[in-house]
Amino acid sequence: MAITIFGLLLVTFLIARVMPIDPVLAVVGDRAPADVYEKARLDLGLDKPLWTQFAIYIAKVFTGDLGTSVLTAQKVTDDIKTVFPATLELATLGTLIGAVFGVPFGIFAATHQGRWPDQVARIVGLLGYSIPVFWLGLMGLLLFYAKLGWVAGPGRLSIAYQDFVDPITGIVMLDAALQGEWDAVRDAFSHLILPASVLGILSIAYISRMTRSFLINELQQQYVIAARVKGVPEWRVVWGHALRNAVVPLVTVIALSYMHLLEGSVLTETIFAWPGLGRYITNSLLNADMNAVLGGTLVVGAVFIAVNLFSDIIGRLADPRAR
Amino acid sequence: MRHVAKLMAVSAFAGLMTTTAVFAQTPKDTVVMAKQIDDIITLDPAEAFEFSGVEVGANVYDKLIGVDLANGNKLIGELAESWTVSPDQLTYTFKLRPNVKFHSGNALTAADVVYSIQRAVTLNKSPGFILTQFGLNKDTVLEKVKAPDANTVVITVSQPFAPTFFLNCLTSGVAAVVDSKLVKANEKDGDWGNAWLKLNSAGSGAYKVRSYRPNEQYALDANESWYKGAPKAKRIIVRHVAEPASQRLLLEKGDVDMARNLSKDQLASVKDNKDVEIVQGDKGYILYLGLNQKNPNLAKPEVREALKWLVDYAAIEKNIVEGTYKAHESFLPNGFLGAIGDKPYKFDLAKGKELLAKAGLANGFTVTMDTRSVNPITDIAQAIQSTWGQAGVKLELIPGDGKQTLTKYRARTHDIYIGQWGPDYLDPHTNAETFAINENNGEDAKSKTLAWRNAWDIPEMTKKTQANVLESDAAKRAAVYGDIQREHQKVSPFVIMFQQVEVTAERKNIKGWVIGPSSDTNFYWTISKG
Repeated sequence: MAITIFGLLLVTFLIARVMPIDPVLAVVGDRAPADVYEKARLDLGLDKPLWTQFAIYIAKVFTGDLGTSVLTAQKVTDDIKTVFPATLELATLGTLIGAVFGVPFGIFAATHQGRWPDQVARIVGLLGYSIPVFWLGLMGLLLFYAKLGWVAGPGRLSIAYQDFVDPITGIVMLDAALQGEWDAVRDAFSHLILPASVLGILSIAYISRMTRSFLINELQQQYVIAARVKGVPEWRVVWGHALRNAVVPLVTVIALSYMHLLEGSVLTETIFAWPGLGRYITNSLLNADMNAVLGGTLVVGAVFIAVNLFSDIIGRLADPRAR
Repeated sequence: MRHVAKLMAVSAFAGLMTTTAVFAQTPKDTVVMAKQIDDIITLDPAEAFEFSGVEVGANVYDKLIGVDLANGNKLIGELAESWTVSPDQLTYTFKLRPNVKFHSGNALTAADVVYSIQRAVTLNKSPGFILTQFGLNKDTVLEKVKAPDANTVVITVSQPFAPTFFLNCLTSGVAAVVDSKLVKANEKDGDWGNAWLKLNSAGSGAYKVRSYRPNEQYALDANESWYKGAPKAKRIIVRHVAEPASQRLLLEKGDVDMARNLSKDQLASVKDNKDVEIVQGDKGYILYLGLNQKNPNLAKPEVREALKWLVDYAAIEKNIVEGTYKAHESFLPNGFLGAIGDKPYKFDLAKGKELLAKAGLANGFTVTMDTRSVNPITDIAQAIQSTWGQAGVKLELIPGDGKQTLTKYRARTHDIYIGQWGPDYLDPHTNAETFAINENNGEDAKSKTLAWRNAWDIPEMTKKTQANVLESDAAKRAAVYGDIQREHQKVSPFVIMFQQVEVTAERKNIKGWVIGPSSDTNFYWTISKG
């Protein structure tokens, strides 16, 4: 585990360092005189060899110090405390939507293999894969926010509620609920639902396709034939027998999709003015803001490991052989 | 599993159904803007040098001197009630306005002014040179900037500079006056309060920083006891909305009052909206091409001139940048002392070809251009590629991110760079220096101006431009800048094409917003909401 994270950091560090972007520019800007530039370069430790720079960084990480971001002038740990919950709530709701709609969709397609429901599911899946997310996001805003007025627009919370919710967990809906500000909870949900749905459509596509293929595989097994011969009702064959056996790989698929969303979706975050992890890392990378990039990468790595572990545990619980 | 799925589906639907959007129109005395503010790296006036950071400073801090936007950017006293210049043009004496208080309630005195200048010069961050170019540095600043009494500040400069030059520099953010008591109380390890001021404010200006969350938003509260009177809007909230299309939607729905970064397409579509108005203001930013003189083809004078004739300025303005840029072909932007309106070049294919033939390149040549992958830069580059192609000049565009192309430009490894230049302060010397001064064309040069970046060796023009900064007669100074620019248009490796026009789309009930010539002059205190 530690090796995974170490490798991740090393690769990220090297990529960011070989990029033809001068990190000092983000600190002093384009206009700074030579002496100011040089001072900033030394302050960043850029005069030291690459390996020394990396060693210094790793040593600090062990003490819990991720350094300070150049762009935000805040500690990277503080930055992550604000951007990660934003991504977390988006990804969680997005995956929830993906699973709630994607799994039944996939099952339906599998049980109607080759017939029209399967074709519909195939087309929806194809669209989900191929529609560019920025287009989907903008069209969603145009329709549901601008034209119909069903949901709130870009941002996490309307201005009117901005000062009512103190950050506790960083997840706005949860914080508002903890403080009993129910109007703010609704406002936050109204802001959240559209970007989460946009991400949800992507995971519906993925999850439904995978569910379909797992289930088709199970439905061809001999125990299914045996169950049918015994006269078990078809719905029980599908939901009780076949699906039960498809749960383990399915959990892995959902976890993978969740992990993907937790890394942050840069385009969705940009369109919906959502201050999340994806935008944070990308913006930092394009400015060669090393501490922020590495800090963000560390979070992504940790999330990856945590979700993996979690899906393993679920898989064990669902699979009697593994108990 | 089945029940769980059912339950989840039901609750998700129930959630969806109850989402009748809570329509939170912006509060009455609060003005909400959607703006790209991710360029802010600090709110400390001694350090801020990015558009958005400087704009915050302009509304939070006061300076000794300001400019009158309604009156041709004339210099006016702000914290300084009056000032005198000694006959040898070396000593400036400022009389401070009495009874000005900081947001903290502390009285603003001459000691605060001295402290602020000492602080900016000692920290010497990005904008520090605006003050240090007058011979102030951390060792001598207390000898050169003095407070003989609580209401008087005396500053001595190193050379008899043009008074307009020095005073114009005092209007920039780096010369803002900070609350010395408050800053000292928040000092850490001798950092002059820099870490604290990055995120907080200690000013006397129209607004004070209520909260600032990087990459997300800042909120300002009105200073009811400001010396010019309480600002009209009680609170200003600026939200970071990166995507112009999202800004437009927020504006049209009334969730924000002003959208600050709409592109040409969005402006065209909000024009028809009865609830929206458009405000424009000339900005000092110049859009230009820099032709690296290390490239032997580009070093030929005929080629430089030919390329200027081969840009279709009118078509680019009309089709790509209408409303956001206007044609401008000299290095001083409109609104600056000495600016000229001459536009000697227009698209002329025959003339371009003729000049190329004269340079021995009748069949054209191949050259690259580093292009930021953002609009309108990419579109403009493609338009240039097309018209140059007609004359046989094969232009290859190398796309890249902003910092990436800039890194290459600064290392002088480009052929052609397309980019913007904005003045650092409101004096013509800022642009004259960068476009027309190159003291040392070697790699070890101390001053790496734009002329240096394009390896343009110009000892004569350098001398002439440097001498003009000592010219005390403002009219004479302006005339000489006119001459330098006309010469520059003829021979320089800069294809200067456009001047930026900043545009804000705002709701009809917003009044009084004036876009100044620089971020230092984008003031919120005149904005009101009906």
